[in-house]
Amino acid sequence: MTADPQNSLAWQKLQAYFPDAIENVTSFRDEVTLYIRPALLRHTWEFLRDEPGLEFRFLADVTALDLYPQEPRFEVVYHLLSLENGQRLRLKVRLPGENPAVPSAVPVWPSAIAFEREVFDLFGITFEGHPFLKRILLPDNWEGHPLRKDYPTEGYR
Amino acid sequence: MPVTLERIPGKEERVILSMGPQHPSTHGVLRLVLDLEGETVVRALYDIGYLHTGFEKSFEDKTYSQGITLTDRMDYLAPLSNNLGHCLAAEKLLDLEIPPRAQWIRVLLTELTRIQSHLVWLGTHAIDLGAMSVFLYCFREREDVLHIFEAVSGQRMMTSYFRIGGLALEPPLGWLKHVEKFVKIFPGRLAEYEDLLTKNPIWLHRTQGVGYISAEDAIAYGLSGPSLRGSGPDWDLRKKQPYSSYEKFDFKVATRPEGDVYARYLVRLEEMRQSLRIVEQAMAGLPEGPAKANAPHIVMPERESMKTSIEALIYHFKIVTEGFHPPVGEVYQAIESPRGELGFYMVSDGSPKPFRCHVRAPSFANLQALPKLIEGRLIADVVACIGTIDIVLGEVDR
Repeated sequence: MTADPQNSLAWQKLQAYFPDAIENVTSFRDEVTLYIRPALLRHTWEFLRDEPGLEFRFLADVTALDLYPQEPRFEVVYHLLSLENGQRLRLKVRLPGENPAVPSAVPVWPSAIAFEREVFDLFGITFEGHPFLKRILLPDNWEGHPLRKDYPTEGYR
Repeated sequence: MPVTLERIPGKEERVILSMGPQHPSTHGVLRLVLDLEGETVVRALYDIGYLHTGFEKSFEDKTYSQGITLTDRMDYLAPLSNNLGHCLAAEKLLDLEIPPRAQWIRVLLTELTRIQSHLVWLGTHAIDLGAMSVFLYCFREREDVLHIFEAVSGQRMMTSYFRIGGLALEPPLGWLKHVEKFVKIFPGRLAEYEDLLTKNPIWLHRTQGVGYISAEDAIAYGLSGPSLRGSGPDWDLRKKQPYSSYEKFDFKVATRPEGDVYARYLVRLEEMRQSLRIVEQAMAGLPEGPAKANAPHIVMPERESMKTSIEALIYHFKIVTEGFHPPVGEVYQAIESPRGELGFYMVSDGSPKPFRCHVRAPSFANLQALPKLIEGRLIADVVACIGTIDIVLGEVDR
């Protein structure tokens, strides 16, 4: 059965140090998801990376979800991994459909460079402070962002 | 305009070189932009996307079962690993129990996939550095593995053999004989490659100390798989977060502390030996029983039962025309593919098609370390560094 998300160490520690950072917490199939407020994102990242007992030093993945036509429309999803204690954690940030932007994770985890470029390319979400925010998979002159739900699967014709 | 590097004022004598995307040693369609001072690479940039096919968008338009065929085509050198990742993610969504026999056959075949994928890597890596015969030897043995895949699934490469709930069908009688034969000859063949390379002075000169990356940098840049283990950390998902009953197998995780091209070469050779051990154990202890889970609303019924049972016929019709409905939720399932952490992030909204299926491709992440490996090195080392991170462009671009 699905465990209580409040048993997760990351949740307990964050709750103690940054109680304002967590917007919501969910758990499905023993995977904990923390919804973080965008304003406190940078602090949360550094805390999760450096705090003894958590040490999420490996950013496995960054991706996004488009919940169109809901609002807030976008969720940026971060998958963290701790090589020390083998724990995984999912962070989510909710963003509005109008000019979605979120701070870049590159200063905390350099591996975010390509992941964030991919999200920028396919979802049109801006990462503030990213050193090289350009399209990565599609040509520079491509119109639209294909993984948005209002982009037709067969493309515009 | 393709990506390019800007010239630095005052450094006009430098040459900006575009390498690829059709360069034979880029293992597909990778393009590099190199800023050269003499023969030294000062800055490097990679340009990808030439094989982008929008798999992640296509997933959203296909049922969970139909999506399996897309995964073959991402990492075309390790199709069964990709099938496994996709199926495990969907099974986690459904909370489905897989019978032991199916799990063991999955382990056996994914380890053969690892050997096969490493053989292609070794052959092409060696030919990039000028060792022609290793390439021919490796492809000889790879063919044996592909014959096993063909016997089992009917396809050499685009297998789509693992299905949600188990296997597509029970492997044919006598298939283990092929595997036994391969297990018998392969240790000798591995020794042959080692004779050609491991102590070969030319090979040592081309690989030792080249493409160095420290363990901290490797973790920071998101390296995983043999590329990470070549720098020291013994991180292997088969041991640390076992899936598909890997915890029941006895094998060692190969690591080397040096962090250069030679270390990663030794790690991959040792991995092939360990994979062979797993294959032997899986063959010896293969459990009897069904190869599909007992979940009629998800797993296709046997052809025979459809002729006699109305329920089987109804389920077949439902699965083919509509698919099945997983509960609302999201899962991330990572497996140790030959290249590293292959993750499937699947989001279900309760409909028969995934709301989102994102692939964390190990090649895409590993490629980020390439500029770090080659900057400050000679241009001749660039091909050694591309080979050593073992990328498949189908998976990079998806």
